[in-house]
Amino acid sequence: MLEASNLECVRGERRLFAGVSFRLEGGEMLALQGRNGSGKTSLLRMLCGLTPPVSGEIRWRGKPIGKLGEEFRSELFYLGHHNAIKEDLTPLENVVASTTLAQEALDENAALDALERVGLRGREDLACRYLSQGQKRRTALARLVHERRALWVLDEPYVALDAAAVELVAGLVGAHLQRGGLAVLTTHQAVAVAAGGVRELWLGTDDAAHNRP
Amino acid sequence: MLKLIRAVISRDLRLAMRRQADIVAAMFFFIIVVSLFPLGVGPEPDQLRKLAPGVLWVAALLATMLSLPRLFADDHRDGSLEQLALAPQPLGLIVIGKIVAHWLVAGLPLVVLAPVLGIQFDLAGDALAVLTLSLLIGTPALSGIGAIGAALTLGVRGGGVLLSLLVLPLYIPVLIFGAGAVDATVTGLGAQAHLSLLGALALGGVFFAPWPTAAALRIALE
Repeated sequence: MLEASNLECVRGERRLFAGVSFRLEGGEMLALQGRNGSGKTSLLRMLCGLTPPVSGEIRWRGKPIGKLGEEFRSELFYLGHHNAIKEDLTPLENVVASTTLAQEALDENAALDALERVGLRGREDLACRYLSQGQKRRTALARLVHERRALWVLDEPYVALDAAAVELVAGLVGAHLQRGGLAVLTTHQAVAVAAGGVRELWLGTDDAAHNRP
Repeated sequence: MLKLIRAVISRDLRLAMRRQADIVAAMFFFIIVVSLFPLGVGPEPDQLRKLAPGVLWVAALLATMLSLPRLFADDHRDGSLEQLALAPQPLGLIVIGKIVAHWLVAGLPLVVLAPVLGIQFDLAGDALAVLTLSLLIGTPALSGIGAIGAALTLGVRGGGVLLSLLVLPLYIPVLIFGAGAVDATVTGLGAQAHLSLLGALALGGVFFAPWPTAAALRIALE
């Protein structure tokens, strides 16, 4: 379903990676690995269509994502390393507002349920600037609970989370894969995801990218 | 489509209400700049009446400029802008919502304040009415044109100054027709031609500016 061929990324004057290719089917997860600065985030942003690759092509259901445009974006959920939450709004308002703008509007009850799952019940009416870093991350990840779009692209989803929350998020990703979804994520932690095929892609090794089965 | 624009507007208004200091600061800037002129040039009514349209309009341009840098910067910083750009609808529609919200927060208060401040310049009733009307029609154009500049300078260091250099020249037509409308009323020529041109600029600002703005935002996100 998601297919990348010969991607090349140049940042400034440096070539971060070249010749990156992979193919991902429903129910599969791609775990991107590599040291800091190896281009993991850049690759994720390419997969979302935020940055066009210098060369190479990304296809979704056989068509280039640039051509698909909105059709592709309606099947994509992206969480960057910024949480994309508003510090002046409460977690509840954040979840409702961000899902509404993504045209996947959750009503208040569904949003409360999502916040309860990520352990923020009781904090839903507190402005996000009073939350800890981990709680902010949990607020951002609360959107995963009811997220049914096919492709999840997550940049360091486990960062700032405690062990229980990491397990929870891994469980959500596992359930997503079981429903036949796809996930691409970067992480420095080895976290077992319950279901689905996990593939690993190393960036920044000697032969630029060498795909381990 | 309208639902989406409404959602953007209500989100931005809610955020603005949580940070009222920014709105109040721009309003006081407008009040103070306008009030300095009668103090500076002396209390001759004839001179003040002549100065009034220009002073009020220039002050309105500058007050609008104050809030422009933050139009997209906050969303850019916390990652919300990426989410908006990846939402399954044209980014231009979201930008329309943000422009309308910006006008409600930064433009509309100026319209409300203008007639009160105009009294300081000894403007007659009909001139005050036209001044308010010209600001009501013209300020949406300021928000729309300003959005292009705000998007182009997004993420640029020292973007605030660059933004002024970029946007203020583009505001010149709005300034000319806005201040001209009041002048024409004072001299008895009638303001309709000026106001019509101002209306055209405002329509252009709100419905055409969002698309180049969206393109500039996508470039800034790369």
